[in-house]
Amino acid sequence: MSKGSPISPALLAARPAPPAAPARESAPVAPASSVRGPNRVVAPTEMLGSAAIVRSLEELGVDDVFGLPGGAILPTYDPLLASTKLRHILVRHEQGAGHAAQGYAMVTGRPGVCIATSGPGATNLVTAIADAHMDSVPMVAITGQVSSAFIGSDAFQEADIVGITMPITKHSYLVTNAQDIPRVLAEAFHIATTGRPGPVLVDIAKDAQQSSMTFSWPPRIDIPGYRPVLRGHAKQVREAARLISGSQRPVFYVGGGVVKGHASQELRELAELVGAPVVTTLMARGVFPDSHQQHVGMPGMHGSVSAVTALQQADLLITLGARFDDRVTGVLASFAPHAKVIHADIDPAEISKNRAADVPIVGSVKEIIPELTAAVRESFAAQERPDISAWWRTIDHLRETYPVGFTRPDDGLSAPQQVIKRIGELTGPEGVFVSGVGQHQMWAAQFIQYERPHAWLNSGGLGTMGYSVPAAMGAKVGNPDRVVWAIDGDGCFQMTNQELATCVINNIPIKVAVINNSSLGMVRQWQTLFYEGRYSNTDLNTGHDTVRVPDFVKLADAYGCVGLRCERDEDIDATIEQALAINDRPVVIDFVVSRDSMVWPMVPSGVSNDLIQIARNMTPTWEQED
Amino acid sequence: MARHTLSVLVEDVPGVLTRVASLFARRAFNINSLAVGPTEVAGMSRITVVVEAEGDLLEQVTKQLNKLINVIKIVELTTEQSVQRDHVLIKVRADAATRLQVTQAADLFRASVVDVAIDSLIIEATGTAEKLAALLSVLEPFGIREIVQSGTLAIGRGAKSMSDRALRSA
Repeated sequence: MSKGSPISPALLAARPAPPAAPARESAPVAPASSVRGPNRVVAPTEMLGSAAIVRSLEELGVDDVFGLPGGAILPTYDPLLASTKLRHILVRHEQGAGHAAQGYAMVTGRPGVCIATSGPGATNLVTAIADAHMDSVPMVAITGQVSSAFIGSDAFQEADIVGITMPITKHSYLVTNAQDIPRVLAEAFHIATTGRPGPVLVDIAKDAQQSSMTFSWPPRIDIPGYRPVLRGHAKQVREAARLISGSQRPVFYVGGGVVKGHASQELRELAELVGAPVVTTLMARGVFPDSHQQHVGMPGMHGSVSAVTALQQADLLITLGARFDDRVTGVLASFAPHAKVIHADIDPAEISKNRAADVPIVGSVKEIIPELTAAVRESFAAQERPDISAWWRTIDHLRETYPVGFTRPDDGLSAPQQVIKRIGELTGPEGVFVSGVGQHQMWAAQFIQYERPHAWLNSGGLGTMGYSVPAAMGAKVGNPDRVVWAIDGDGCFQMTNQELATCVINNIPIKVAVINNSSLGMVRQWQTLFYEGRYSNTDLNTGHDTVRVPDFVKLADAYGCVGLRCERDEDIDATIEQALAINDRPVVIDFVVSRDSMVWPMVPSGVSNDLIQIARNMTPTWEQED
Repeated sequence: MARHTLSVLVEDVPGVLTRVASLFARRAFNINSLAVGPTEVAGMSRITVVVEAEGDLLEQVTKQLNKLINVIKIVELTTEQSVQRDHVLIKVRADAATRLQVTQAADLFRASVVDVAIDSLIIEATGTAEKLAALLSVLEPFGIREIVQSGTLAIGRGAKSMSDRALRSA
């Protein structure tokens, strides 16, 4: 039951970074049947609906589930206790179960599973479900529902969770007949993991769990309205190759779909063949190695000058599994104004949603990219390759003149960027880094060097504060042999740190770096820049020279974690090393940092990406060579 | 804004109408009419929805509708290539003095009288939205007491069947 790399965590921390693995990334092989898992044949057997839930999960190949019981799901927790194949991890809040399932799915590529009871248990999952929906994370949420006779009667702990989650799930089911359980769960896993991945909710009435049914496996599933297109249209692929062959200023705009599609190696082959600059979005960090000469950074509101400008000045965007999010495009009308757009995505609804595509290609990037590579190779062989050296001179000039950097704070406290940078360097690229949302998230995206996919997890689309600790917990369960860091803020950490108890009790030794600037830092940054420094409700009193409520070291101690505090630059490395050496329980480090550090570069909200600022009121000097 | 008639073939499962309707609601589309009913295929229903929308936005909503797992197929039916009918029941004031005039008006529109009372009639009519509007304007002077109208039903002209094609591609 190996889920991660077979390397021991202690070795991972101490070893120098290995070169980016050239091995072809193994993608989950598409099963012959639509039913996930080994498809063992189970002859018809009488059992209760609750046992059928547990048995179905086992047959679907599930190892780990995260959840918290309550009245309406209680019948299912009984056979769960007896299961030897399922490891249930009891969380302290259902939101934690949801984010843990996300973290698990993000590092393993397998669906994450969370379980909650009806009513408040189910509504506590809502944030995680919405998060998984925005970031296309394969997840199955199972909730108990009041007995079918009581549905709609405002019964105790009743909530219409199917109705509540309808706009934030890929699909949802209400099960009132025990006989439907195996089929519905098999369909839920199929839908969650194929096409554009996403969360599927299965709400199961208590009486369905308690009644008898005949279980057999595999169930027959038939979803006539669900046929994801995987292969790109050959004519469109050829047209894309033609555009690439004619482009003087091409850019690969690479999004999270390439991570989800397990196509990093395919991307590398295509990118090296074309020789164009590559930008990786917040959701795609690591899918193309940061150390690669062609990687020019992250685009978007806090992207590098080279990446943002590459998109702005490009004559061709080779868009792979990205969705022209507003944080990437800035004001849409002024985004990449001279570029033609090739847009490959598995979700047809993303094509031309925000930016019209000149060459739309619907399908899986795993299949499209190799075909595009072959078509480009053919095209390059048939005609002279375009000369993009002038384009590279422009980009290289920007890259050298405006590297992503930071200034030392004036208040004598550590720079948060420095802390995050050192965590990345001392851990190395085999680690997993899971951030919350805010300044620390952007710094973790900017200052950690990512060399492989599935190493960087964050809440990109929904921007869920509190994602980090539970998602890191799930990631550690999925990749037990990797060092997993939660890089969190003092605000985020206070939203979900109860899962430290789950980590301690279940021996899930994550490392939490609280980048403690004693405030809701990103909001404070906006108040500094756009509200004349009027700091309305952003002071959290957790940092230097405050009452320190709570004291994160004492809090860590209370949970049975190791609590460390680092307040000086000279202690940063030693503290990180100390944390890396501890593998028998979670570690929480209170990194006390300056509250005045800001995230740069920045494209202010509501303006064109051309107005990117490298520091406050400082815009780059544009020297266009062509 | 142009008026569009969409035929949406769906699985006949609980909640499917909510899923479809809420997608229109999210993008603040105004639904002019909606009609739902069974089809010639067991387990499949057909929703006919008339909306006013710009082309780009409609395309986006159509794609979003297609993402719904229970939606099997969507086609837009133009007035030229489809037969579109509304159905209306009209309760109109009619006493001994006016009854004959009202029934004559109904006859002109090939509408039928389905209920008679001392001082009112119920008229049943089927036709395009334009024809029904014309009928209503003719009946207006007599005094319309109540109207109930179905959503537009639409079906493509010719031998082809929407569900046939949907199932073959499936």
